[in-house]
Amino acid sequence: MASRDITYVEGPIKAFAIATMFWGVVGFLVGVVIASQLAWPLLNLDLEWTTFGRLRPVHTSAVIFAFGGNALLCTSLYIVQRTCRARLFGGDDMGWFLFWGYQFVIVTAALGYVLGVTQGKEYAEPEWYVDLWLTVVWVFYLIAFGGTLIRREEPHIYVANWFFLAFIITVAMLHIVNNLALPVGDGSGKSYGLAAGVQDAMIQWWYGHNAVGFFLTAGFLGMMYYFIPKQAERPVYSYRLSIVHFWALIFLYIWAGPHHLHYTALPDWAQTLGMVFSIMLWMPSWGGMINGVMTLSGAWDKLRTNPGLRFSVTAVGFYGMSTFEGPVMSIKAVNALSHYTDWTIGHVHSGAMGWVGFITFGALYWLFPVLWGKRSLYSERLVAWHFWIATLGIVLYITAMWVSGIMQGLMWRAYDEMGFLQYSFIETVAAMHPYYVIRFLGGVLYLSGALIMAYNLWKTVTAAPVLEPARVSPGAIAQAAE
Amino acid sequence: MFKRFSHAIIEKNVLLLGVLSLITVSIGGLAQIVPLFTVESTIERVQGIRPYTPLELMGRDIYVREGCYVCHSQMVRPFRDEHERYGHYSLAAESMYDRPFQWGSKRSGPDLARVGGRYSDDWQAQHLRSPRALVPESIMPPYAFLDRALDTTRVQASLRTQRALGVPYTPEMIANALADLRAQANPDADGSGLTSRYPRVRQSAFDGNPRDVTEMDALVAYLQMLGTLVNFRDVTPEQLRQQ
Repeated sequence: MASRDITYVEGPIKAFAIATMFWGVVGFLVGVVIASQLAWPLLNLDLEWTTFGRLRPVHTSAVIFAFGGNALLCTSLYIVQRTCRARLFGGDDMGWFLFWGYQFVIVTAALGYVLGVTQGKEYAEPEWYVDLWLTVVWVFYLIAFGGTLIRREEPHIYVANWFFLAFIITVAMLHIVNNLALPVGDGSGKSYGLAAGVQDAMIQWWYGHNAVGFFLTAGFLGMMYYFIPKQAERPVYSYRLSIVHFWALIFLYIWAGPHHLHYTALPDWAQTLGMVFSIMLWMPSWGGMINGVMTLSGAWDKLRTNPGLRFSVTAVGFYGMSTFEGPVMSIKAVNALSHYTDWTIGHVHSGAMGWVGFITFGALYWLFPVLWGKRSLYSERLVAWHFWIATLGIVLYITAMWVSGIMQGLMWRAYDEMGFLQYSFIETVAAMHPYYVIRFLGGVLYLSGALIMAYNLWKTVTAAPVLEPARVSPGAIAQAAE
Repeated sequence: MFKRFSHAIIEKNVLLLGVLSLITVSIGGLAQIVPLFTVESTIERVQGIRPYTPLELMGRDIYVREGCYVCHSQMVRPFRDEHERYGHYSLAAESMYDRPFQWGSKRSGPDLARVGGRYSDDWQAQHLRSPRALVPESIMPPYAFLDRALDTTRVQASLRTQRALGVPYTPEMIANALADLRAQANPDADGSGLTSRYPRVRQSAFDGNPRDVTEMDALVAYLQMLGTLVNFRDVTPEQLRQQ
């Protein structure tokens, strides 16, 4: 449309794309390591820095905040410029500040975990000094993103940006409230939180569940709303559905936190609210899935020729599956069995590996050739290998966790004919061993797929044929693709 | 007016979109979090809950530091099997001084909410040093490195910080924090002050050595008091009622 040439900020976005790939491999690797520790505890190595307890937050933070976070920053800053036809607010300096500021958060947080500096709240482990710095970076992120939206040449704000904006605002709110703490002030970095006990639990899972809802869902839906239409070369299936499911999703998600606290000392009224809203959440979640999948109407043949699209569409499939499984598990009667078991771990991983991972891989396979001005990826065959190896890995992972989780839950509550508990706790631990080995193998496959991707993307940058550099700039290519 | 409403108004205005989103996502949290602070019966009215002793608090900080909560819950649910395996279901009152709460979300190992007094101090210390020496099928990491001197420099500052957050540590408790910490780890020390400040406190050479205060002492002292403060024989149903 507009023939005017806009130079988009691209350097930091390339850096974010590389960081996404790098932290993805690191996060999956640490995941494989801690999975192996659960199968073979000798691998804790008798060192304080390598125990499961200290490495587990390294894994979760690396995949959620390092891999997922870099993917979100990368794609949101890319998409907001393209869909607004405006250069990033703050320009290259802003982009580089966000990049290095965010990597600094990751590194200081991870160092803290290994050394034993932690708040001890899941997915919010970094201590106050990291939290403060992240808040600064996040405020600049909001300024950069919002500023670019204000500068837009398009009259409407594109749907992907609604999701990104809601994600940025909500994560700011969650992060600040959940991390309110008073440092002990002795130089050790230790702090105590403002809330204690039951209130702390409620705030933590209000945060924790919406780290899933906004960081890992709303933000990645923004990604879906750009890359699936791009790859399929079709407009979004339903504009009306995007409006309804956007507002319903962000309204309902916030209420779902107490389903992490069923049958605990949290008052019943809060548990019931959490369950009811979690079940309602099924609808807007599937609204997003339907909108993503139906965008392929009339373009399904592209799945055969575009392996990157295969990732994006399978991701939406996994999204639909885990957003159905989630409401089921939030029902108190089901939760009584599933809570505290590996079923939860399997559920999280079908969402994280299937949805978050695959939608990101799809985006990276699309972005790398565009950002580096290449005609195509280095190898589409390798993308296909990545796809099938990773899918097999996920299937092994989640089926192993279903079996072990349900089995352990049933063993805990089993009674013998004399009316005594049938199994001691340690018998239920021993019974998990084969499934922990299968889960480890699933993780190895998923990691192998990511390594294939890293090789493929590296070769795309260094060895794939260039797209007529004399005549078109990378920015213009992307624009032409709009 | 509603007939003429068009979503285009929102999607053409960044500020409107942002503010409406913020309002939309604020409602659920306000509805669920605020009442927990204002409704008094959220925390049951049982007797016996007291702040942690300095040694227990340091032990608790080690529990948090090592990420024990990623494999152990501290929340017994009101089910028959959990009652038989772990004891009375957990009360909100029992974690009212817990910063952070450590209810946990996964039981790769058993629940610890009422582990206090179930095993001897010696068993706990040996098990922490080498879990598989006592429980061959265990998948717990070994924590032999806890047999090192406990860093006691921030004991007072920790109590003072907790007091600032509303935990009823008295100035006397803060002034005697270090002495109380040492007294608890030595069964031969004079514990009259400690006992008067912290009812139902137990003095012991938790790691087997009464001379030095180690991280192992602190962690075992913490584990051994978990779930022991409320005497459930004295509790009435009325006291347990929430909301």
